[in-house]
Amino acid sequence: MKIVTICGAGIGSSGVLKVNAERALRSLGFDASIVAADISTVRTVAADAQIILTSAEFVEAIGKTNADVIVVVNLFDTSELKQKLNDALG
Amino acid sequence: MPLPPLPQSAIDIGASAADWRAAVALSGAALARSGAAKPGYAGEMIRMIEDHGPYVVIAPGLALAHARPGPQVITNGLSIVTLTEPVSFGHAHNDPVRVVLGLAIAEGGAHLAAVAAVANIFNDSSAIDRLASATSAEEVQQIMGVSSS
Repeated sequence: MKIVTICGAGIGSSGVLKVNAERALRSLGFDASIVAADISTVRTVAADAQIILTSAEFVEAIGKTNADVIVVVNLFDTSELKQKLNDALG
Repeated sequence: MPLPPLPQSAIDIGASAADWRAAVALSGAALARSGAAKPGYAGEMIRMIEDHGPYVVIAPGLALAHARPGPQVITNGLSIVTLTEPVSFGHAHNDPVRVVLGLAIAEGGAHLAAVAAVANIFNDSSAIDRLASATSAEEVQQIMGVSSS
């Protein structure tokens, strides 16, 4: 399973999202590799991704994709991440 | 995992900013004061938000201001600006911002350990409140787990 986190610069928020999503997945019992990337590379990086985690601002720019796009509001709230990931994977 | 350096020169307590641009400019100025970034880095951080929107407001009350690694970054560094009057970044859920965390990363590949260290601190949901009400740079360093030598 491939999960991609997307933000503007590919550092900072997508990195926070990667770290916290890995934590959330572990506690859900999933094993996934998560890649942090910036929005300009979403076409290539997320081409074979199952899930894209991002902020609301990037949904439009991500456009059409086969991946589930999950919008995260509070990047530090692991219970929000856990619930949204569980809904997408369950 | 090492937190990027957060010296007292990079901490600005009880600052006033008229709007989000001014708040991000203060966070850039703090990174420049500590030697982590050149003064031009502030403009790059502001441009990120102009280009992509207020996504840097990553939790209620907290903005993570940053730009890409590049010539404006001297070395990895953090800055913290707390605002007496919260400012709005235009975020649908997490406004208004009371704490601006500035992040300068020198190298794209090596940033994740540093970001993970930052995430560890803020996974404690009281950290933002405690930072917002801190009254000294030493107190901010304590909350961030940095020894104030």
